[in-house]
Amino acid sequence: MIRSVLLHGFVIAALIALEPLLSEYHHGNLARIMVLAVYATGYNILFGYTGLLSLGHAMFFAAGMYGCALMIRLAEWSVGPAFIVGVICALIAGIIVGFLALRTIGVGFMIVTLMFAEASYLTILYYNEYTRGDEGFTIAQSVRTIAGLDLSDTTTRYFSALTLFSICLIASAAVVQSKAGRVLVAIRENEDRVRMLGFDPFRYKLFALILSAVMAGSAGAAYAVLFGYAGASFAAVQYSIFPLLWVLLGGPGTTLGPLLGTVLMFYLVDYASGTIMPGLAAMVETQFGIEAPGLASAYLLLVGVALVLLVLFAPKGLLGTLRARMIPWLP
Amino acid sequence: MATDDTNRRNLLKGAAAIGAVAAGSQLLPGAARYAQAQSSAPIKIGFQVHRTGIGAAYGRWYDRTTKAAAKLINDEGGINGRPIEIVAEDDGTDPKRGAEVIEKFATKHECDVAFGTLFSHVVIGSAPRAGELKLPYFVVSEGHHVASGMLNRYTLQPGITDVKSQVQSMAPWVADNLGKKVTMIYPDFAFGHDHRDYFSEAIERRGGNVIAKIAIPPRETSFFKYLPKIPKETEVLYHVMVGPGVLTFVKEMGEYFGDKRPEIFGFIDSLEAVDITSPGLEFLEGSHFWEGYPRYAGKDQSAHDKFYREAVGVDDTGASLSDPKDVSTFAHMFGCWETLHILKAGMEAADYKGPKDRQALIEAVENMDVFPESRAHPQGSKLFNGRTHQAFGHQHISRVEGGKLVPVHKTSIFDTFYEDETDYTKMSF
Repeated sequence: MIRSVLLHGFVIAALIALEPLLSEYHHGNLARIMVLAVYATGYNILFGYTGLLSLGHAMFFAAGMYGCALMIRLAEWSVGPAFIVGVICALIAGIIVGFLALRTIGVGFMIVTLMFAEASYLTILYYNEYTRGDEGFTIAQSVRTIAGLDLSDTTTRYFSALTLFSICLIASAAVVQSKAGRVLVAIRENEDRVRMLGFDPFRYKLFALILSAVMAGSAGAAYAVLFGYAGASFAAVQYSIFPLLWVLLGGPGTTLGPLLGTVLMFYLVDYASGTIMPGLAAMVETQFGIEAPGLASAYLLLVGVALVLLVLFAPKGLLGTLRARMIPWLP
Repeated sequence: MATDDTNRRNLLKGAAAIGAVAAGSQLLPGAARYAQAQSSAPIKIGFQVHRTGIGAAYGRWYDRTTKAAAKLINDEGGINGRPIEIVAEDDGTDPKRGAEVIEKFATKHECDVAFGTLFSHVVIGSAPRAGELKLPYFVVSEGHHVASGMLNRYTLQPGITDVKSQVQSMAPWVADNLGKKVTMIYPDFAFGHDHRDYFSEAIERRGGNVIAKIAIPPRETSFFKYLPKIPKETEVLYHVMVGPGVLTFVKEMGEYFGDKRPEIFGFIDSLEAVDITSPGLEFLEGSHFWEGYPRYAGKDQSAHDKFYREAVGVDDTGASLSDPKDVSTFAHMFGCWETLHILKAGMEAADYKGPKDRQALIEAVENMDVFPESRAHPQGSKLFNGRTHQAFGHQHISRVEGGKLVPVHKTSIFDTFYEDETDYTKMSF
């Protein structure tokens, strides 16, 4: 327990210490990554610890994003109350979806969550008059303030993202190491045995789903106010797949895996699309006189290869594998 | 906001200037001030490009056009004596990635300006970061988001007209030549809603009306169930379907109507990068399309058009010179060419030396009002409204004849005007 507290404290301290040291580029990236890592941390509670693979988490992210952004845009609320509304929207969505989707298991759960998410996405498009549908809308820089702090300022944005991430990381660590957390892991391993022991798996799964939805919604609301944009693409299916990939890469069922996975995937995509593949295309053109524009855009192939290698050689993700082979106490 | 009268006076002055300058179209704004650079370091232009995602077909041709324009500008001495360097990054046709790319241009590549891209959601998602990073962002999107006032002082669209002006300028010709009772079929999201709203208003002003509005839900794969909703008295069917369902849509329309069809008018966005002779598109014979820039060179092809096509590597049918099957996104990609030339003119007018001159660059572009037809502006003359950061220009209508798009009408620039909805010049930097 002490080692766990020290580790999480060290990670948060390291993120604080990094702030003045990072270049402007990495500074902005890390702020965004921490917001997305909140989303992944929430996903990890449901998938990594409870064993429920949702294909519809983008609806919770979007619920938070739109709940917050629409209150600012239409009701002219300030950021603080609007952010809370966003989180409440995600909470309500989590309760409704949980009660219905948790009647299914396995592939059925995946399909039902996917269908709910698709319905949410289409609803955003349908109410284009308010949401501006696929185009989305911006939130003016002048209204993105909280307690007198300008959220578009780089340092404020960084520490706002860090604060939210720290809260969610600590909450995640506290939950998974509590009695309830151990029941979640037990459900993941053998739900029938948990039921036989006298626990109600439905209640625990519902709790995990709601907590996961709230974290996803808080990430969505934070994205809207920190980066000034809300759009339907965040409710589309790929934004349900992203947290799954981040968690798989970092290590499902590890508290720090979501952060690691989000960092690595972000920079893998960034370097593959901006440096590696265009460089390869330029080399082919220079060396062989062949124009290869398709090569520059083939970076997702590189990302795919990385994921295949991960599944083959580290199926538990990076931190999961580290825990299995070297650090058994890793939370 | 400026009044209608003020707008009209300013724009009429602009139109007069077009006439005066057209004879000497090589006299581009700022060209006379071409200065010897203090530094020979390249001017870095961050190019946000749709290499992947739904906009990839557009992105490939935006890329080719941008490279051709950059080569021309560099061959002619660059900007203020400095070469330009295009730093391209894929935005994945995704607003989140788009914003990240803008940050990368500003903070990693240290670009002087950012440039691109087409899809509206990427522009809208990216513009806030461009404004916060104080990075001039020249978009080639044709969305109304710039002129609507939604964005910020650092975002401009001087090289391509916006959807509102395009749509409303079609209505008079449609009403006068095809019919006044219009049924609209459009995708049920923002792009389709813009068409629905702007066209409905414009056709009513011309004495026509939209008798049915049929919204097609996103991801629909079959359209048979919607076609019976088209009223029998429909004289014109207006369609703006986009995406992979377009070919099915056209095919099913053909099967539904047979020989007895109303006049059909569409936006070429549906068929950009698609060969009009593709199997299944035969039904479009005799129908009409809006084109931002006619894909097929007309009989009165200008020397500027000829030069532009050769430079980009496109033949007189809008296809790649190296592969006739590779059809370009001709109606839109000229915006990249023209925007880069405006950027050159703006930087020369502002005597741009580095990022500290970004505000001066924006003010220089805001002060521009006329882009005469020239090699820099092969699509045609344009008027630029510095208050709304939006260009206005001629629009074109083509008819499908023998599997070709034959230009039949060119609108006046005045047909495309609407009242200002914002004034970015009053917004602080």
